[in-house]
Amino acid sequence: MDTPLLETTGLKKSFGLKTVLRGIDLAVCSGESVALMGANGAGKTTLLRILACLTSPSSGSARIDGWDSGRDAQRVRRLVGFVAHQPYLYDELTAEENLLFFGKMYAVKDARERAAQLLQRVGLEKRARERVGVLSRGQAQRLSLARALLHAPRVLLLDEPDAGLDEQGYELVEAVLAEHSAGGGAVLFTTHQLERALKLADSLVMLGKGRIVLQEKTAGLELERMRQEYQEVVR
Amino acid sequence: MMFLEQVMAILWKDVRSEWRSKQMWTGMGLFAILVLVIFNFAFDLRVDNKAAVAPGALWVAFVFASMLGLGRTIAVEREKGTMDRLLLCPVDRKAVYLAKLLGNMLFIGVVEIVALPIFAVLFDVPLFFGPLLPIVLLGTLGIAAVGTLFAAMAAATRARELLLPILVFPLIVPVVIAAVRATGTLLVPAANEPPWLGLMAAFDVIFLSVSMLTFEYIVDE
Repeated sequence: MDTPLLETTGLKKSFGLKTVLRGIDLAVCSGESVALMGANGAGKTTLLRILACLTSPSSGSARIDGWDSGRDAQRVRRLVGFVAHQPYLYDELTAEENLLFFGKMYAVKDARERAAQLLQRVGLEKRARERVGVLSRGQAQRLSLARALLHAPRVLLLDEPDAGLDEQGYELVEAVLAEHSAGGGAVLFTTHQLERALKLADSLVMLGKGRIVLQEKTAGLELERMRQEYQEVVR
Repeated sequence: MMFLEQVMAILWKDVRSEWRSKQMWTGMGLFAILVLVIFNFAFDLRVDNKAAVAPGALWVAFVFASMLGLGRTIAVEREKGTMDRLLLCPVDRKAVYLAKLLGNMLFIGVVEIVALPIFAVLFDVPLFFGPLLPIVLLGTLGIAAVGTLFAAMAAATRARELLLPILVFPLIVPVVIAAVRATGTLLVPAANEPPWLGLMAAFDVIFLSVSMLTFEYIVDE
């Protein structure tokens, strides 16, 4: 857990006069899982979007496996798997067609085989030929997770991945994150559930008003103390 | 090779989605036919003024119907958040533009195929399919090249339906004039006409090149 797979230095982002991130220094190493917490509007999603090369930072740098997210955006995109709080899939295409389409976008070899494996992994193999528009919110979110894993990314970025998932779905997310970290990948996920953050992550990072206000290893952290800290941060 | 595969994959995805929803084709087709019917009733078409009015009516119908489709292709992806998901992939933005352009041309092309025979019947004019084909092709390419670029720009705004025609109409004036005049010369051949096809081809090359180069800066934040 020494090599930083994901690293940000002095990362700032403003939208017009509104400053969302005010200098974020963060490192997530290979095999590490980090939970990002904070109130709504604290800048969690913006940080993930910068790391996924969807938004460019106003200043500072973000690097994935040594590649700069601005200059080497196309390389970075190959290394990142992203799960948003909404599935963002093509409703008119079937679950399998969605994965095959994104397989082409990521130039995945044996995409059909890989799609079948992942559909089975997320428990949607029986619904592979159904249009995404008829799937439930939770099923679509599972498919979104399968899509994020399609190109075997080194870094997984998840923005509230538990949104809309039932208990079984959540256990799936848990298992996938654990497998990814065990395989040497890095995970950065946002959540509002403190218990889940402490259970899943090796480190906990809290954002408040665009800054990191708390950064600690989760091992040995007391839930009650963290709950109080979190209440202070979101207040 | 990879570039072409990605273009075809995005095009296939758009066509398949549209084939299943049939929202755009139906709307565009009906709109084009309605415009032709209204023009037919609005002008008292006597034998001597058909050739003067018919090409203009045809291209107005094509342009208006195109606006409906052009506005939807990228706006729908923005609304559903799938555009972000597409841009998250390591796909060349030129491939995205080209696929969207081809998709728009295909959608407009289908509408044109449906509208042309109706136009011929309503305005009682011969169609000359052979000579008309390059005019329609170059005219459609010009409208779609500009329209696809500005549809991407307008999709990021709230007043996209209003903004798109305001941005596109002034820019496509040269290609529409050329298309109307070239179509007119098919109905009433005239001597010393400027090379309308060449003008349309030049317009298409310029706007296709500019759009391919600038699309990336429009869609990426």
